[in-house]
Amino acid sequence: MSIGHTLLGLLEAGPRHGYDLKRAFDEKFGHDRPLAYGQVYSTMSRLLKNGLVEVDGIESGGGPDRKRYAITDAGITDVETWLSQPEKPEPYLHSTLYTKVVLALLTGRGAAELLDVQRAEHLRLMRILTQRKRKGDLADQLVCDHALFHLEADLRWLELTAARLGQLAQEVRR
Amino acid sequence: MTPAGTLLCATDLRKAYGPTKALDGAEFSIHPGEVVAVMGPSGSGKSTLLHCLAGIVTPDSGTITYAGRELSAMNDSERSALRRGEFGFVFQFGQLVPELTCVENVALPLRLAGVRRKEAERTALHWMSELEVADLGSKRPGEVSGGQGQRVAVARALVTQPRVIFADEPTGALDSLNGELVMQLLTEAARSANAAVVLVTHETRVAAYSDREIVVRDGKSRDMERIV
Amino acid sequence: MSKPRTWARDLALGTRFAFAGGREGWTRTLLTGIGVGLGVALLLITSALPSAMSARDERGAARTTFSSPTAERPGRDTLLTAQVDQSYRSYGVDGRLLQPEGPDAPLPPGLTAFPGPGEMAVSPALDELMKTAEGKLLRERLDGKIVSTIGDEGLVGPGDLYFYIGSDQLGKIADGTYVERITAFENHIEAPPLDPVLTLLVVLTFVALLMPVAVFIAAAVRFGGDRRDRRLAALRLVGADGRMVRRIAAGEAFAGSVIGLLVGTGFFLVARQLAGAVSISQRSVFPHDLNPEFWLASLIALAVPAAAVAVTLLALRGVVIEPLGVVRTATPRRRRIWWRLLLPLAGLGLLAPMMGRGNEGGQFNQWQVSGGVVLLLVGITVLLPWLLERVVGRLGGSGGVSWQLAVRRLQLTSGTAARLVGGIAVAVAGAIALQMLFAGTEGEYTKDTGQDPARATVSIMPRHGTDAKLDELAATVARSKGITKAVALRSTTGSPDPDRADQDVNLHIGSCAALAELARLPSCEDGDAFVLTGAPDPSAPQGAPAAPGTTLYVGDPRGTEAGADGSAPVAWTVPADARPAPAHKDPIGLLRTGVLLTPAAAPKSLGTHQFAQVYVLVDPAVPDGLELARNASFKAEPLATAMTLTQTRTSARFGSIRTGLFVGATLVLVLIGASLLVSQLEQLRERRKLLSSLVAFGTKRSTLSLSVLWQTALPIGLGLALANTVGLALGAVLMRMSNVRVRVDWASVAAMTGIGAGVALVVTLLSLPPLLRLMRPDGLRTE
Repeated sequence: MSIGHTLLGLLEAGPRHGYDLKRAFDEKFGHDRPLAYGQVYSTMSRLLKNGLVEVDGIESGGGPDRKRYAITDAGITDVETWLSQPEKPEPYLHSTLYTKVVLALLTGRGAAELLDVQRAEHLRLMRILTQRKRKGDLADQLVCDHALFHLEADLRWLELTAARLGQLAQEVRR
Repeated sequence: MTPAGTLLCATDLRKAYGPTKALDGAEFSIHPGEVVAVMGPSGSGKSTLLHCLAGIVTPDSGTITYAGRELSAMNDSERSALRRGEFGFVFQFGQLVPELTCVENVALPLRLAGVRRKEAERTALHWMSELEVADLGSKRPGEVSGGQGQRVAVARALVTQPRVIFADEPTGALDSLNGELVMQLLTEAARSANAAVVLVTHETRVAAYSDREIVVRDGKSRDMERIV
Repeated sequence: MSKPRTWARDLALGTRFAFAGGREGWTRTLLTGIGVGLGVALLLITSALPSAMSARDERGAARTTFSSPTAERPGRDTLLTAQVDQSYRSYGVDGRLLQPEGPDAPLPPGLTAFPGPGEMAVSPALDELMKTAEGKLLRERLDGKIVSTIGDEGLVGPGDLYFYIGSDQLGKIADGTYVERITAFENHIEAPPLDPVLTLLVVLTFVALLMPVAVFIAAAVRFGGDRRDRRLAALRLVGADGRMVRRIAAGEAFAGSVIGLLVGTGFFLVARQLAGAVSISQRSVFPHDLNPEFWLASLIALAVPAAAVAVTLLALRGVVIEPLGVVRTATPRRRRIWWRLLLPLAGLGLLAPMMGRGNEGGQFNQWQVSGGVVLLLVGITVLLPWLLERVVGRLGGSGGVSWQLAVRRLQLTSGTAARLVGGIAVAVAGAIALQMLFAGTEGEYTKDTGQDPARATVSIMPRHGTDAKLDELAATVARSKGITKAVALRSTTGSPDPDRADQDVNLHIGSCAALAELARLPSCEDGDAFVLTGAPDPSAPQGAPAAPGTTLYVGDPRGTEAGADGSAPVAWTVPADARPAPAHKDPIGLLRTGVLLTPAAAPKSLGTHQFAQVYVLVDPAVPDGLELARNASFKAEPLATAMTLTQTRTSARFGSIRTGLFVGATLVLVLIGASLLVSQLEQLRERRKLLSSLVAFGTKRSTLSLSVLWQTALPIGLGLALANTVGLALGAVLMRMSNVRVRVDWASVAAMTGIGAGVALVVTLLSLPPLLRLMRPDGLRTE
């Protein structure tokens, strides 16, 4: 995720202090990891240098740095460009799991057990996410669902692989 | 043989339909208040396991114990009484009586157990409001959406305050949003009533509402918890 | 594409579907075919009845001689013949004596040669009867050698009992009344028109029985309809529009009805053959007489497929076939009452003006009667859906679960049930009305004859001219086995003043034993005379009291009829020593008046102007005494008429019509029961999954079975209630029309209602095994 673009987008609603920016970010997107203040600071100075934001004013006295940032026209254009560009879908072509299965087959270890263990592990995580989804708000639900769908996709792959394990073993050992 | 504290427990179930072995030594156990997902590919014998556990189908061999009673030793009417009083059912489709109104459908199990109509419908309405479908009371199943109908069906499964709820692909005919809603309401209501849920599904996201998972493959069951 | 061509194309497509649906499709089409076929066969038989009846009548008339050309003198082409109809137990056995007088004498139809004197020609049925133990006594009566069999053209039906006996004795008694000399068997007399009340009854019977058949056909056309509709949804998915699928559905129904026509024709042909072997109260029909009227048959051939198409289109009116399934219109229009009431009221309106017209000899307007009755009965079929909807709508579903399930089901779809039950209701209503009318009219037609069979079981009336041999006849009969007593009695009239008819005195002449049958005699020997006393029957039209010493002109006092022997009235004086004797009823129930005379006291040379009778008393201990008496009578005097005395007399015609109606109504009810069953089973199969899930959560089998019973019993109960109301009303109107006192025949009401209820029960019972099978948990298996 591009933190720079996200902070820029948050600034578009109006000028803010760096600390407010961090809080807004954490509230909306930082479910798992809150943003470190240092990261906000470094990102903002990069944006400043690129002319995407400007300092709207400095409050004196309160703390070490109470800069208020505002977005520039170039910054707005930059946000717009980022939003309008589709994300590149991840190809997921290099899978650790696949590697493990093939290796298990090659070395004569139990590939089915491997898949089952993985399956149980996936489902355990799905249960946790489902639990969290039930207690959380809509934002939580959406984020968890995103993860759940990915896990489900993995699980389907696990099932499919389990069903074709014999075929795969033949090909691998050839 | 029964593990301590289990409510419903089955060992070495075998059942064949003609030459096809639907169950070939399946095991199962569930505790009160537990939600167990039964998963597996199509034709693996999930539904047969559920039907055996619920006393709808008699297995060819094996034992099923419910609350200390042996199911195979009961006759048909005893098992019917058990299903009426202690079990609840949710199916994929074909379960709401189309000519009865929703509230009458929900009240049906109570009425079958001999509860007077007014009282049965009052209880039914309570459960319908738990499942957020109280406003559908006087509508017929044909007039409500699939998700609403399924929630009515869940209300019906809960209305007798059963100790075990059997759910066979309860979200099979629903989109994911409605499916999730039904699962959420079902598991919550079951947990608060300390009822066990046997959940047959092929969707992992639905299975994720369970506490534990059992996979049925080729008529044999595997408890995934013990693997980890 | 032009409109007719699209129609033709879609109908053809539907026809193809009717046969292409695999085994299941075939079964359904066949079921429809058989159902429609049964109805068609019934219609064909009905349409063949008029021609069969007229063929019977024609052949029956051809062998009578009422208006045959006669000759005065014997010639080459003359035939002497006399009718000698017999009764044997419950059979009527008719026959003729034949004596050809020349080589060209006319042969009666069905004969190739005249039987010689004493020889017989008999119908096959009579031949068979006389060969059995049951016909043994009859064979004794008709003991001539059987030389030939009467051909079909001389018989009214295969069960006809008829004989011809050759004779050489007729020449002596060829008097033109008993024995005719004819030159040809020709008859131009039209059968008298049926009594208007009877016509009414026949018309009604047909209407009441045919309407349910129509209802049944309409139902049969839609056998399996629901499943077909669902298949049509698949056609919508591949791009057929709403109108197209309707036409395709109509095509399927059309195909079914055409199969039905073929099957029905087959059924009819079989039934026609069977008809030859069946004889109901001695009425039988030759298969070759059962030829449907051409125009009626064509009407059936056109109307049945047309009705099939119309019914399908009507049934699909409330159904929307979407590409993804069949949707019944969610809220069916509430049924309105006013036009439904209009029909029966119009029917009553047509019938009301004809009240009281029956027995004035006035004819009913057949169209008006049929119209009125049809409207009234159709009124039932249109009122019933409304009534069912209202009543079921009121029932809140309180009561048991089974009741609730049934009521709710009916609330949602009461149409099919109402249509079928409508058929039952029409049959029951019609039958009740008719049975009421029959029972009422029967009271009038069944009369106490006043005859006393304990005193004489047969009275023999010899033909004129054989009076001299009366005593001989009595003696012959009395000698026969099983006869207790046979007394001869002669009656004639005398008048003191030939100008005054009201002064006529009756004279009864016979032995002392015979006279004792008419009055209590103080003592009696030949030569005695008695004057009858006792209350003269005021209803007796004639018979003045006679005073001893009065001179009477006896025989034919007014000389109006020249006797065959030209005898003139004889002047005769009532003996002065005639003693009074109190009259009592004679064996045929008459209280006689006038004078009783022993033969020696009677006037001589009375000629033919007297009426002679032999009263025969049969020993009740001898089995078949009655037949023995008849045998004796026939042997002694074949041309005499032997009349059985019985307490009451019923019109035989009514008895058979009533039975026929009862059988017909029962058949119709069974037919409709069958289609109720089919639709019930179909409905159950459709709900297989639902039933299984109901069982899963512990529904008792008895609950579901009961709900099936309610589901059938409720509409039938309502239908029967309505049928009773309409039936009783119609019956009352019909009785008023026939001038019969209105009286409810509860027995038939109970019987018809009972049969209706029985149908409901049987349908439920028959649908239980499949229901229980469907309730097995297999229905839950989806994978």
